[in-house]
Amino acid sequence: MKFIHYLETITGVDIFGLSSLTIFFTFFVGMTIWVMTSDKKSLDKINHLPLDN
Amino acid sequence: MQVEKFYYDNRIVKQFAFATILWGVVGMLAGLLIAVQIYLPAANFGLPFTTFGRVRPVHTNAVIFAFVGNGMFMGVYYSLQRLCKARMFNDTLSKIHFWGWQLIIVLAAVTLLAGYTSGKEYAELEWPIDILIALIWIVFGINMFGTIIKRRESHLYVAIWFFIATWITVTMLHVVNSFELPFSWLKSYSFYAGVQDALVQWWYGHNAVAFFLTTPYLGVMYYFLPKAANRPVYSYRLSIIHFWALIFLYIWAGPHHLLYTALPDWAQSLGTVFSIMLIAPSWGGMLNGLFTLRGAWDKVREDPILKFMVVAITCYGMSTFEGPMLSIKSVNAITHFTDWTIAHVHVGALGWNGFLTFGILYWIIPRIFNTPLYSKKLATNHFWIGTIGIILYVIPMYWAGFTQALMWKQFTEEGTLKFQFLETVTHIIPMYITRSIGGALYLSGVFIMVYNLIKTVKAGSLVADEAAEAPALEAHVETHSKQYWHRWIEARPIQMLLFSLVAVAIGGILELVPTFLIKSNIPTIAAVKPYTPLELQGRDIYVREGCYLCHSQMVRPFRDEVARYGEYSKAGEFVYDHPFQWGSKRTGPDLARVGGKYPNSWHFNHMQDPQSMSPGSIMPSYIWLYKNKIDTAITPAKIRAMITLGVPYPKGYDLQANADLMNQAKEIQENLKSEKLETPANAEIVALIAYLQRVGTDIKNAPKPTVAALSN
Repeated sequence: MKFIHYLETITGVDIFGLSSLTIFFTFFVGMTIWVMTSDKKSLDKINHLPLDN
Repeated sequence: MQVEKFYYDNRIVKQFAFATILWGVVGMLAGLLIAVQIYLPAANFGLPFTTFGRVRPVHTNAVIFAFVGNGMFMGVYYSLQRLCKARMFNDTLSKIHFWGWQLIIVLAAVTLLAGYTSGKEYAELEWPIDILIALIWIVFGINMFGTIIKRRESHLYVAIWFFIATWITVTMLHVVNSFELPFSWLKSYSFYAGVQDALVQWWYGHNAVAFFLTTPYLGVMYYFLPKAANRPVYSYRLSIIHFWALIFLYIWAGPHHLLYTALPDWAQSLGTVFSIMLIAPSWGGMLNGLFTLRGAWDKVREDPILKFMVVAITCYGMSTFEGPMLSIKSVNAITHFTDWTIAHVHVGALGWNGFLTFGILYWIIPRIFNTPLYSKKLATNHFWIGTIGIILYVIPMYWAGFTQALMWKQFTEEGTLKFQFLETVTHIIPMYITRSIGGALYLSGVFIMVYNLIKTVKAGSLVADEAAEAPALEAHVETHSKQYWHRWIEARPIQMLLFSLVAVAIGGILELVPTFLIKSNIPTIAAVKPYTPLELQGRDIYVREGCYLCHSQMVRPFRDEVARYGEYSKAGEFVYDHPFQWGSKRTGPDLARVGGKYPNSWHFNHMQDPQSMSPGSIMPSYIWLYKNKIDTAITPAKIRAMITLGVPYPKGYDLQANADLMNQAKEIQENLKSEKLETPANAEIVALIAYLQRVGTDIKNAPKPTVAALSN
């Protein structure tokens, strides 16, 4: 397949890996903190949605 | 807080339910046929449209897109309306979605049996149907999002996030993997070639598993299991964590289909690592489902629906543990190309997808027809027969896979390979026979279900529009004592859609982009040249007949493979292969180095009657290749398409191509004549022989005469 901007070497490609790891890590730390601190009552309410209907 | 009256659309649910059952039977019958063909080559019937290579894609497309597809829509249309407390957005869109999808299925069956295939697994459908799929999928998306937007329940229950993630990811996968350049009304070439094509294909293929077979079914599990058990899911927190983890991690797992192949090593490692990490969110889903029943296991004893669901979720857990194990390179070295992979697939397909579909059907049909299930006893019988069917399917395939792999790798004391390839096949025939019995049992369970549900439907009457009422949504969403960001996104389905897209796109971009943009990933080999026109025609016949379904073209860097097949496959050899044909299974031997191994006459006799050259072979005969003529009218279009895709044929070569084709064909005809074999020069078998004699030869040879003719 023809692309225009071929990179000539693979050096420095680890920026891809590093950035994805950073995104992943930040997201999941943030989400875990939220999950641990969220309000039980509202979660229960949402959990019962299929049963109320 | 005005209470509004509205009606749920059950008619569309009924339609999808019936379609699910119909295509389930069709798809499983096709599966049974191909299972029998493996040990009974006569069951190919000597006809092109009943041969294994063409029926197998019908089986896979039918069970995945027709059976699970309609099952998914049945579950989504039922649950989404009730979770949103709103009727589907637009009844006309519902009808277009339903009939459009069934049209796609029928077109798929007809075109696949006629040999119109892209040669890429689970994406075989050619470009006009790909466009139709995109259109109908968009209709589904509009209908689904329209319903979510006009909902009367502000919270988005977890099932809905799974549906949203399914929709956006399948869109992304379908669009990217379907980049193909048409050269005729029904045929096209993949934009990608070789290694890149393999990587895109299995990024797509594994995520078809993830986002067509898994996430929508997790979504319906999160609705129908609580309904059937009459208790809420075990942990909502867990469902949030495992949802985001699942959709992020799954995308990266694609390269685990390409371990020890010519794919760059860094991509293989990423696939392995992410596949292993995937155990956690997958098991999160399984545990959430199973723990929902804690304290209620006595209900499972009484209720066949819960039995189906429990086994389904358990098989999901087994499958999502086995998958990561198969992604470990040392395990994969043994299992790849064997029946172990088929065993793994069918634990998930028969157990998770099949059984969950049956459980939901048994739950939904009585409800929308307002009558109890005709026979709980028959449903329980179905459960047990189906379970035994799964076991009889899967265990022989584990045995066969492991046995065959070990036999392939066995050396004698003198250092030669102990077993011929064909011996490893005939040795596992009893396993193939047992597997087909398992499949037949599973299918007979489905027939019991059909009977049971027909009697149920006859005894009841459809509640086409189910009355409901709920207060309209307030302008401002109520706040809770603790504000938190997930509440923000749960109330905003569009943002949920976009964030899901970002999560799944990251994996794809980071794995695919470097492979495409970095030249050094695909070392070019100077001796590798484009196919001649005759060889290209032959290759397209190879794709059309589905040869890649039984024959791989990827010699792995193992001692036994190099000894059996020759030099291991290099990435640069495949740069002109649109599409790649590495294959996933060795029912027959690998063909990556078959070029020059046998005389033309061997191939001529073998294709006509495989048993004459290989006694005991299970390969079907391809007698129509001797009567069919090569479609030379289309050669120029093919060459032009290849040039557009970057294959370095000389400019204007499309006008010259047929002349070269006939010259090469006459050479082969003469050669066959000298061995007392008569054939017209333009018979399709000549093209196929030309292709097979070319495969894998470039790296060892000086330029061949035909290549010199190319540069004239």
